[in-house]
Order: sequence, then structure tokens, then C-alpha cells
Amino acid sequence: MNKYNTFEKILIYSGILVFMTFILLPFVEMFYASLRPLDHLFRSPYQFYSDDLSFWAYREMWNTVPMLGRYIFNSFFLATSVAVITLIFVIPAAYSYARFKFPAKNTSLYVLLAINMFSGAVLLIPLYKVLRTFGLLNSYQAMIVPGVAFLIPTSIWLLKSYFEKIPIDLEEAAFVDGASRVQILRHIIAPLSTPGLVVVGIYAFIGAYAQQFLFAITFNQKKEYMPIPSGLYEFIGYQSVKWNEMMAASLVGIAPVLLVFIFLQKYIVEGLTAGAVKN
Amino acid sequence: MKQKLKSYNTQTYLAYALIAPAALYIVLIVAWPLLETIRLSFTNSSLAGEDYVGFENYQKMLSSKKFNGIVTRTFVWMFFSVSLKLIIGLIGAVLLNANLKGRSIFRVLVMPPWVVPIAIGMLGWLWLYNGYFGIIAGVGMRTGILDGPFGFLAYKQSAFISTIIADVWVGTPMVTVFFLAAMQGVPRDLYEAAYCDGASRWDRFFKITLPQITPVIITMSLLSAIWTFNSFEIIWILTEGGPRGATTTLIIDTYKQALGNYKFGRGAARAVVVMILLTLFAGFYLALLARINKKISHE
Repeated sequence: MNKYNTFEKILIYSGILVFMTFILLPFVEMFYASLRPLDHLFRSPYQFYSDDLSFWAYREMWNTVPMLGRYIFNSFFLATSVAVITLIFVIPAAYSYARFKFPAKNTSLYVLLAINMFSGAVLLIPLYKVLRTFGLLNSYQAMIVPGVAFLIPTSIWLLKSYFEKIPIDLEEAAFVDGASRVQILRHIIAPLSTPGLVVVGIYAFIGAYAQQFLFAITFNQKKEYMPIPSGLYEFIGYQSVKWNEMMAASLVGIAPVLLVFIFLQKYIVEGLTAGAVKN
Repeated sequence: MKQKLKSYNTQTYLAYALIAPAALYIVLIVAWPLLETIRLSFTNSSLAGEDYVGFENYQKMLSSKKFNGIVTRTFVWMFFSVSLKLIIGLIGAVLLNANLKGRSIFRVLVMPPWVVPIAIGMLGWLWLYNGYFGIIAGVGMRTGILDGPFGFLAYKQSAFISTIIADVWVGTPMVTVFFLAAMQGVPRDLYEAAYCDGASRWDRFFKITLPQITPVIITMSLLSAIWTFNSFEIIWILTEGGPRGATTTLIIDTYKQALGNYKFGRGAARAVVVMILLTLFAGFYLALLARINKKISHE
């Protein structure tokens, strides 16, 4: 049934080739541009061939973008803080949704989904005023505080489904035998839910890494707190962009998330699509 | 023992206490600002201060031709972007669902545009779209389609199309992955039965796969409509809403009014329009979700 003849194989593979070209061309071209000398890039029309490829741009970019190291650190620091804080808020809530029956449970779960649909852009004005009032503009917190809020809903849904997979009998048996809730938490739930926590934590990390633009350009003008996307964006405005270095810096900026994702994509995709597929 | 067990998972106060921190956070950072936005839309708030002005912001906004143009543009932009995402995503999912060598690698390779910070992907697209030195203009010039350098983001129509393509690039991977997951969830025996009855590949796709994944297709259409509507970074980095407003969608306009000109009141009025539209979308989505869930629990 699942055998293809040669013609069908050629058809499918060429389809995949076209599809993949669309998806990957920007990355391939970014990488290629990062290896080429600037005077090869600045030829019109576009030259497909360069014989002078080198990693020179990867060395030079640290001079052209003097704060690049700081931006990379900031991106990591912001994403990690957002992920950790998100987990702190989400773990008890997800556990509660997975284990307890209470009034308004389903309604509030749907409200969470609805919140996911409001982008930060709608809330920028009051958030700006709040952050200004508390003197939090131009600081790490200006990006962390709103960042967490928009990761809480999905993270609760994700983690809830992991908690639901832990058999409740284990907990009930321990409870009947006189274990306290804290003991149950420490000896049953914590060890069994570690894989789920890791996945949700990584989801939050990647999400936090990806959302570092809107809040960063709106709430922070200080270079020393800028994450990579807004830091590099500053350089695009200038008249002559050193494209090879810009592309090199961009790739260095995204490499970590990409690696994390590629190693763990199976778990993340499973978790995210689980709800949709069950339906 | 039953009694004791019952006390284990029906302690409402404990359930609420565990949810309280997250709920409070959302109320403070999302719910309250939503309400505050509504209040601000009735004021002339700016950095200087604020006064109550009634419906003035709304009247000005709704009577301006420019704003009506922006609303229309937003929906046209959205329509093309969402349709393309769904069509390309569906084709991609079918291709990657074929039982051929290398498909597990391709499945990983579709995802980068989804995972990478949008802003950085857009820096790459800025280079691709470069009128003099970019690869797209280069291919156009060498094949004779273009008779000289062409700034894709510099002209109204081409900028509109270019931003749509970049948005499709960002959104397609997720659609593909969800469709793919749904296709794999279709029970195998359905296909086997159809195969025994002599159904062709096309028949099996249109009579089994497509109906089976329809709920996911509908869900994804709504979700992508919502995300596309909210799309900010793509347009902002590529064109900042230009040239001459050609890519200014509602979200971009809201941002420009509020934080470009610091006219918080006017920006808030636009944000309220965005909120109303989003609430409609969200309502559709949730109603649909509830219906699908109900159907499943009945079966």
C-alpha cells in the first residue's frame, strides 16, 4: 500500500525540494553571505559564486558590533529568567488543573487559551505606563515581566497534560497510607514529572528567546540590556550595513536555540500537537 | 477510605490556592492593562497628562479615510497570508507524510523558521529582498524578469506581497507540523480497508485523510488568522509599515500612534478595535473547540 513507483518518488522528492528551498533558503543564504567578503556581496546583479570564502566576518563582527557579546548574554539571561519564573508560576497551577475538580475549572482553562490570542501589542500602552510608574523602563525587568505573562497560558496547558499522565492511583495509595501532601510531592510527583518539566521549561526558554523584540524595542532603550534581535536591529538603520558580519552575528545569535530545539524537537512537538491531534 | 480519598482531590480551596499566583499574574499584566486600554481610549492621554474626551478618539478614527483603508488592508493581508500558510502547509504535510527515505530529517528541517526569533529571520529576509545585491533581485535580473535593480520593499505593491511572503515563511512550519501530526493520527485500518476496496491514492486522500483532519484544519485556520492578525515584527522590521503606509496594518498603526507619537489615547482607541476583533476570533475559536470536544465525548 505504501509503495511508490519511480515516477511518484521523483514527483514527491521534487515537491519536497521546492518546499524545503522556500523554508531553508533564507538560512542558507544568510550562512553563505556570512562567509563571503563584503566586496563580493556588494556586486549587482547578485554573484552566485565566490572563491574567497572565509570565517573572517565571524571575527570582525565583534568589532563592528561592539556589544555583541553583551547582547548574546542578555538574550540568554532574559530567556532563562523568563523560563524559570514561568515555571514557578505554572507548576502549582498546572498541577491543580490536572488533579482537582473545582467550580469554573473548564471556563478558566478556556480563558487562558483566549489570553494567548492577545498579542503584547494591544497591551503596550498601559504596560508602558505601569513600567514607567514603577521606574522599570530600561531594565531587564521591563522585558521579563511582560514576557512571563504571555508564556503562562500555553505552559499551563502543556504541563497539565504531563501531570495527567502520572497515574493518580500512586498518589492516592500514598495518601491513604498516610503520606502528607508535601511527601507525595517530593517522592512521587517530582521524580515522575521531571521529563515534562524539562520540556515545558525548554518550550518557555525558546518562546522567551523568540519574543525578544517587541518588548525590547518598546520598553528598553539601554544598550547594555538589549537582547540580540533588538541589538542587531539597531545596526540595520545605518546607511551601509556590513551584511556579511550582520548575517554572521545573526546566525551566532540563533545557533543556541536551534541546537536545543533540534535535540529536543521530538518531545516539544509531541507535547504541543497532542491536544490538536486528540481532537 | 473512600471518604479520605475524596478529601484528596476535592479540596477546592487548595486547588484555588495553587492557581492563585498564576491567575494573579495574568490579571495584573494582561487583564488589568486590557481594561486600562479601554479607559485610556476615552482620554487624550499623552506623556503630558490626560483628560477625559469621550468618544472623540473613536469619532476621529472612524471618520478618517486612512483608518478605513488600514482595516481593509489588514484583512486583505491576512486573507492572503493565512490562505497561503494553509495551502502550503497542507501540501508540505502531504509530502512529508509520504513513506520515503529521509522524511524524519525533513520533518526536523521544516521547523527552523518557527523556532528562530522572528526578528532575526527578518534580518535575513531584508538581505534577500535587497534591490541591488539580494539573491531574489539577482535571479530576476539574470533571467531577464527584472530589467534592473528592484527594491522589493520600496514599492507599495511589491512591499505588500513581500511582507506576506515573509509572514507565510514564519507561519507555515507550525501549520505543517500540526497537519502532519493529525495525518499520523488517522487510524491505519481506514486506509487498509480503502486499499482493499481498490481506492486510489487520490481517493484515499480526499475521502479519508482530508475529512479526518478537518477539525485540525479548521482549528489551525482560526489560530493562524489570529496570529497573522497580531503579526507585528515581520512588517515592522521589513518596512515599518511603509512605503507610504502600504503595509500598515491595524497592529502597526496602533503601535505607531501610541509609541511613535506618544498619543496614548488615540493608540488606545485603535487597540480597542483590535481587541474587539480578537475577541470575535477567540469566541469563534473557543465555540468551535467546545463543539469538537463535545462531539468527541459523545462518540
